[in-house]
Amino acid sequence: MKQVLILGATSSIARAIASEFAREGVNLFLGGRDLAELEHMAADLDIRHGIQAHYGSVDAEDFAAHKDFLENATRTLGEIDGVVFAIGYLGEQPRESADPAAALKIMNINLSAAISLLAPIANILEEQGHGFIMGLSSVAGDRARPSNYVYGTAKGGLTLYLDGLRNRLDRQGVKVITLKLGFVDTEMTYGKRGLFLVASPEQVAKSACQTLQKPSGVYYIPRFWRMIMLVIRLIPDSVFKRLNL
Amino acid sequence: MDKFVEKELNGWGRYRGSRSHIYRPEKVNGIAAAIRSGKESSYIGRGLGRSYGDAALNQDGGVVLTERINRFLSFEPNTGVVSCEAGVTLEEILKVFVPRGWFLPVTPGTKFVTMGGAVACDVHGKNHHRDGSLSNFVLDLKLLLADGQQIRASRDENSDLFWATVGGMGLTGMILSVTFKLRRIETAFIRVNYQRTRNLDETMRLLEEEDQDYNYSVAWVDGLAVGGSLGRSILIRGNHATVDDLSPQQATQPLEFAHRRTWTVPPQVPNFVLDRFSIRAFNSLYYRRFRQHPVNSIIDYDRFFYPLDSLREWNRLYGKRGFIQYQCVFPPDTSRAALVEVLSRLSKGKIPLCLVVLKRFGAETGLLSFPMPGYTLALDMPMLGTPLLSVLHELDQWVIRQGGRVYLAKDACLSAEAFKEMYPRFGQWQRMKTEMDPQNLFSSDLSRRLRITGVDD
Ligand SMILES: Cc1cc2nc3c(=O)[nH]c(=O)nc-3n(C[C@H](O)[C@H](O)[C@H](O)COP(=O)(O)OP(=O)(O)OC[C@H]3O[C@@H](n4cnc5c(N)ncnc54)[C@H](O)[C@@H]3O)c2cc1C
Ligand SMILES: NC(=O)c1ccc[n+]([C@@H]2O[C@H](COP(=O)([O-])OP(=O)(O)OC[C@H]3O[C@@H](n4cnc5c(N)ncnc54)[C@H](OP(=O)(O)O)[C@@H]3O)[C@@H](O)[C@H]2O)c1
Repeated sequence: MKQVLILGATSSIARAIASEFAREGVNLFLGGRDLAELEHMAADLDIRHGIQAHYGSVDAEDFAAHKDFLENATRTLGEIDGVVFAIGYLGEQPRESADPAAALKIMNINLSAAISLLAPIANILEEQGHGFIMGLSSVAGDRARPSNYVYGTAKGGLTLYLDGLRNRLDRQGVKVITLKLGFVDTEMTYGKRGLFLVASPEQVAKSACQTLQKPSGVYYIPRFWRMIMLVIRLIPDSVFKRLNL
Repeated sequence: MDKFVEKELNGWGRYRGSRSHIYRPEKVNGIAAAIRSGKESSYIGRGLGRSYGDAALNQDGGVVLTERINRFLSFEPNTGVVSCEAGVTLEEILKVFVPRGWFLPVTPGTKFVTMGGAVACDVHGKNHHRDGSLSNFVLDLKLLLADGQQIRASRDENSDLFWATVGGMGLTGMILSVTFKLRRIETAFIRVNYQRTRNLDETMRLLEEEDQDYNYSVAWVDGLAVGGSLGRSILIRGNHATVDDLSPQQATQPLEFAHRRTWTVPPQVPNFVLDRFSIRAFNSLYYRRFRQHPVNSIIDYDRFFYPLDSLREWNRLYGKRGFIQYQCVFPPDTSRAALVEVLSRLSKGKIPLCLVVLKRFGAETGLLSFPMPGYTLALDMPMLGTPLLSVLHELDQWVIRQGGRVYLAKDACLSAEAFKEMYPRFGQWQRMKTEMDPQNLFSSDLSRRLRITGVDD
């Protein structure tokens, strides 16, 4: 029986990923900050799929508490076969532009927390010589747009950090998967204007779990985002500056 | 949580629709947060929007979707007591629990409804004559009230609130979760008996004499038959099959069966697809499918309870004008005369009836619940504009005179005055509402149309 830790488990994408794992009989530890919600999730996964779902409280910004949280999670799971990092925070660019503290909050939740929470797990997986790390990054990290470049910076940093982990751990038998997600229909995007080609969390989760059968690497989900981002990255700076994105 | 999408929503009949601010919380706390935000002057819960009229609409106000609030919270394998969040659908309940030998205690004619919506309408099924409506199996509700409090309501705890909420059309507050009792089954199959009757008298006689032998019983009435054949029907009655009833092949996995293929109706269907002629042809073909003598067969629960579910978006078949389902109930002593009157009025009014269903009801439940002992008749008809509306208004008056009422989950046309006469316990309900939600924070297009509000105006 496999054991997986999910960080940011209350996100709708992570919820759908948790269902995919549970359907396969994987036991889960759900990390998040809304305990009432985690309790509901855990009960649901147990009733529907008959797996053991544990949960615990983790606040991305409370770095000092990460060590205890991880110790508890790994102890509870016994053995750990993988971790999914789904914690994320979009913020609002006008606020970040006006207030550096708001910008740092975005960096902390999307990037620093990833480093703080994934580094110890990476060491465990490296030591045992198997397992996976899956990080939910974003196409926003491929090119900085005026409308959300702080978030883009954080996600771009997350993508690079995961690249680093992959380059280090691949030869140790540990898979590192970076998911560059396009628009997904979740609380993060609900009610926002100007979105297109929006995928459902269930679709995304399915593709996400399929990447575990594939080699370590970077995957765009849905796949057509690879082409879109290729084009977007090819736009010369002089033109990109004048686009209203 | 305080983000919304502004959009036009429809009732299932696609006759009523309105623009509103649609909220879609992802968590129970999100429901509370959306309502606490105070952005809207009123809110109404919405499940899968299978109510036909305007019950789950709230023009220029907030509509709170429960589609993502759908977790199972507990299950007792010994007793079949389940607790789940309000957005869990009957389809999911069946998928999870039928393979374990449990079935819904009560089910409407579609599995695409949420538990919250089913409780708010206190739905009835083909077993109402025996088991009553859904609320009979509901043990406990968790509610979010207008003052932001989250409280439990059951027969013992806050019982007034419980009886105001089952059948209360979402107007007492948001239903957050529901605890209810499933029914034990041995197989996923129903042993059905089809029987053709020649007229209304025979239909009613057989229902009255034999209903106690069947857990599920309903009559499909040929809506276009007139004169001496008025009320001729196919009786569709059944019981849960036991393993002994099954073929050797079915009996190897008695709780499994091959699911039907589903089809989806395209968005634009011309009005003539369901007109007087096609409807007449359908009715008469269906009636003729069955012989005089009874036919027995074993079919899976999906085919028995949810024949329409394999045709997704079938409401589009009526075209842009939409359709009306008129469902009323008459007390036992006036039933016969009333049924004759309704059926002949509609055939005189040249109203094409697509689907006519007759069923006997058992006991009454919630303060605004629809069922009461007697006969219920449900009629589907294309929305033909003013002529139809005036026939329906006449019918409402007729129903009132017979001491009957119209089902709010289906209704799109009733007047506030008619509603009050049909629901004599409304006064009691209104006292609860005035006390708990004086500002009418929970309101819908239905509640404004029928003045199902607190303070009497
Ligand atoms: C094909 C078909 C067959 C049907 N057969 C039957 C039948 O046999 N018997 C029967 O009784 N009904 C029947 N119905 C009606 C249907 O069962 C009810 O309208 C049911 O309430 C629909 O559930 P929903 O989740 O779609 O709710 P919606 O239509 O979205 O809402 C219905 C009502 O419930 C309220 N509501 C929804 N969720 C909540 C919540 N969480 N908290 C508070 N209020 C809430 C809404 O405000 C609204 O007043 C049928 C409908 C169809 C389309
Ligand atoms: N939706 C998209 O279009 C899209 C596109 C690209 C990438 N992504 C990424 O996909 C991931 C999942 O996002 P989603 O779309 O499902 O949105 P979401 O529902 O808003 O999920 C965000 C998750 O992060 C958690 N979180 C936020 N701040 C936190 C904090 N301080 N401490 C602990 N947890 C915190 C949230 O917990 P709470 O539930 O407690 O708030 C939630 O579980 C995110 O990393 C997001 O950046 C999403």
